[in-house]
Amino acid sequence: MTAVINVFLKEGVLDPQGKAAHHALDSLGFDGVSDVRIGKQIIIQLDTNDQSKAEAEAKEMCETLLANTVIEDYTIEIS
Amino acid sequence: MKVAILRFPGTNCEFDTQYAFEKLNHTTELIWHENKALPADIDLVVVPGGFSYGDYLRSGSIARFSPIMKAVKNYANKGGKVLGICNGFQVLTEAGLLPGALKRNNNLHFISKYQNLCVVNSNNAFLNNCEDGEVLNIPIAHADGNYYIDNDGLKEIEANGQILLRYSNEKGEPVVVNGSVTSIAGICNKSKNVFGLMPHPERALESILGSKDGIKMLKGFES
Repeated sequence: MTAVINVFLKEGVLDPQGKAAHHALDSLGFDGVSDVRIGKQIIIQLDTNDQSKAEAEAKEMCETLLANTVIEDYTIEIS
Repeated sequence: MKVAILRFPGTNCEFDTQYAFEKLNHTTELIWHENKALPADIDLVVVPGGFSYGDYLRSGSIARFSPIMKAVKNYANKGGKVLGICNGFQVLTEAGLLPGALKRNNNLHFISKYQNLCVVNSNNAFLNNCEDGEVLNIPIAHADGNYYIDNDGLKEIEANGQILLRYSNEKGEPVVVNGSVTSIAGICNKSKNVFGLMPHPERALESILGSKDGIKMLKGFES
């Protein structure tokens, strides 16, 4: 199965890269942008075909290594 | 004093750190990250600066799982003194030995310059050769030095006297350098045996090179 993991800075934690991209979009004339957040996507191929096992494994990977939960949130999509 | 200095792939301040402690007449030993144990008779472990594992994923996030880090955790949990400088500070926060985290600098730049620092709390094994309110001038060189801790955590480290250093002007007033919460440049853990700072004391050893405040700072471990 494939786990697609998105890691972003938590709400309330200032995202300097998102802010810089937001300014750039503003100055290029893209009106109506209220927020930009930049994160990273990690795609993992898992050997298992068991959806819940894959989810549990991906969650453990996030908690252990892939996200720093002091400053980051993550989402997991299994397909 | 005997000082163990860790080396990960990508560490690049280990020799400067070794030079600094040897200048203070201490014996040093470089410890490769694949070692599972620290030498038995050490008085201090230093996690030096650099770019361990190329800063991949997050600065310090991969180094914290190196075999030697288990030994460092045990050593710290038994009260052993550990100092993390720059990337070493990032490794120690990632390892959970220090609270909070270090984010990308607010201006997204790598900042490399001499910086004034105000000593917030000198009542600890690291800064006891300095005085509260003293201003030190020590180089910084980092892209991920923007210290973050949530409000509750901040209150806690403030109440426990865990904030050691703040970026300041020459009068000791806090200044914004990289976006750090309340301009924090260095902290310690609750039991005051694990220390972390973004500035590089090992780069401030001789007045002819700009400052010798770093050696004054590192001398604190002797007493």
